[in-house]
Amino acid sequence: MNDERRTVAHGQVESLDTRHIRADFPILAQQVNGKRVVFLDSAASSQKPIQVLQAMDDVYRCAYANVHRGVYAFSEAATARYDQAREKVARFIGAPSAEQIVFTRNATEALNLLAYSYGRHFLRPGDEILITELEHHANFVPWQVLAQERGLTLRFIPITPEGQLDLDQLDELLTPRTKLVSFAHVSNVLGTITDPRPIIQRARAVGAAVIVDGSQSVPHMPVNVSQMDCDFLVFSGHKMLGPTGIGVLYGKRELLEAMPPFLTGGDMISAVGFDGPRWNEVPLKFEAGTPAFVEAIGLGAAVDYLSALGMEAVRTHEREITAYALERVSEVPGAKIIGPTDPQIRGGVVTFTLDRIHPHDLASLLDGEGVAIRAGHHCAQPLHIRLGLNATARASFYIYNERRDVDALIEALYKAKSVLKR
Amino acid sequence: MQDLYREHILDHYENPRHHGVIERADISHEESNPLCGDRIRIDVKLGAEGDRYCIADAAFTGDGCIISQAAASMLLEDVVGKPIDEVEQIEPQHVLDLVGVPLTAARVKCALLGLKVLKTGIKLWKLQHA
Ligand SMILES: Cc1ncc(COP(=O)(O)O)c(C=O)c1O
Repeated sequence: MNDERRTVAHGQVESLDTRHIRADFPILAQQVNGKRVVFLDSAASSQKPIQVLQAMDDVYRCAYANVHRGVYAFSEAATARYDQAREKVARFIGAPSAEQIVFTRNATEALNLLAYSYGRHFLRPGDEILITELEHHANFVPWQVLAQERGLTLRFIPITPEGQLDLDQLDELLTPRTKLVSFAHVSNVLGTITDPRPIIQRARAVGAAVIVDGSQSVPHMPVNVSQMDCDFLVFSGHKMLGPTGIGVLYGKRELLEAMPPFLTGGDMISAVGFDGPRWNEVPLKFEAGTPAFVEAIGLGAAVDYLSALGMEAVRTHEREITAYALERVSEVPGAKIIGPTDPQIRGGVVTFTLDRIHPHDLASLLDGEGVAIRAGHHCAQPLHIRLGLNATARASFYIYNERRDVDALIEALYKAKSVLKR
Repeated sequence: MQDLYREHILDHYENPRHHGVIERADISHEESNPLCGDRIRIDVKLGAEGDRYCIADAAFTGDGCIISQAAASMLLEDVVGKPIDEVEQIEPQHVLDLVGVPLTAARVKCALLGLKVLKTGIKLWKLQHA
């Protein structure tokens, strides 16, 4: 792909040329209800560029056979591409080696893998797990279940009224019994960007392992696991231009090696005798059965696409459009922004309520205008309980969104108000 | 845009019929839609008509989107006076017909919440009085 076409010099950091980027996303050229598609739900799942579709299509057409098994050309070609995809993902997040990249189905499965394998192996009754009030259910329910099953205590870092993590209480919450800390790098509801380093350093001081949920950060900003020094990072391919069915667990090598397998069966063993199995090396120990290798190869192409744009440029673009959206939405009478209003600490997620209009009604009305937003609790019910809200409306942005998408959102919000105002 | 929010729907939302609670109701049941948090509670006062029970009065409270609340209002207007055996047989399509505007799959769930609450309430009452 021609990089220059998609970025333009913009002060010190390159900015994105959305017109050229949009040409890579055939779905955005469609119409909904006779109107231009205004897709503002990338935080749930992103659209896919032709480069990703082609990479997957090409495997099925030219190099398809099961990986790691055949000694014939197709299998070797597919295996080579699968291995390359792992290397691309490792480079993308600054992992020391490709062996530390475990492919899973999605972030949810990666977190469950950790709860089963790490949690059930290393945690003892009375131990504590520290998460936060703003977690997605994926980083909440597996720990609740584990805590109930194993007699552990689950504790929560609270949020401030502005929607940031309240780290004043961190020293109290971290105790010698804390064995695991897990938190979202970027909140999928509030958009809050949390600097992971102070939490990781302080967790380390009490000997706890740290999981960072990168589902909403890895697609949108530079993330480097070596600099961050987290023990684990999880994310989903489908939110970062890749296909569904592929996610990633990064882990420190010594931890991955010490952990028992999650699922068992083929591919994850090095030998099976009648007296028992011997586990394969990491990462294959955690990849039982035929993996979603075509999807992994698609994710590799997505990583290439994002790397060519540059993650700094992606973040700059999203910060600009988010700043614009925060400003425009807050000008709408009756609109209330939920979460931080400073775009420096907010990812490309603008969550709001409008008058007393139920977010579902709002989303239906906006859909009639071709504007796709999300309504509900966004899989973060505990956070909504804390906020005292049943549901919120959320517009989220990605590399293909433009200011005119925000303009279309605002216009549709006024129209919704007029329909429901009597 | 206006299609879904026709006059009669907004009217039922803003001036809900049979809204409120019934003291000493025979049936009281509440459910919420886990996906969107819509919540509806329905109280029913039963009356006897020969050997059949019918809905002498009914009232609902709740919160949620316009579709869920308006559909509950329309439903109660429709069922008051009817025998409970008949109410139990009401098909979802009947409620969708009352609502009268095309709904997407996600919104059908909102519209049918009231019916689900009412039917479950009747079923539980029957189990207790069998
Ligand atoms: C912060 C966060 N964590 C975890 C997830 C779960 O991702 P998936 O459903 O792809 O497993 C999401 C998805 O919405 C998310 O936003």
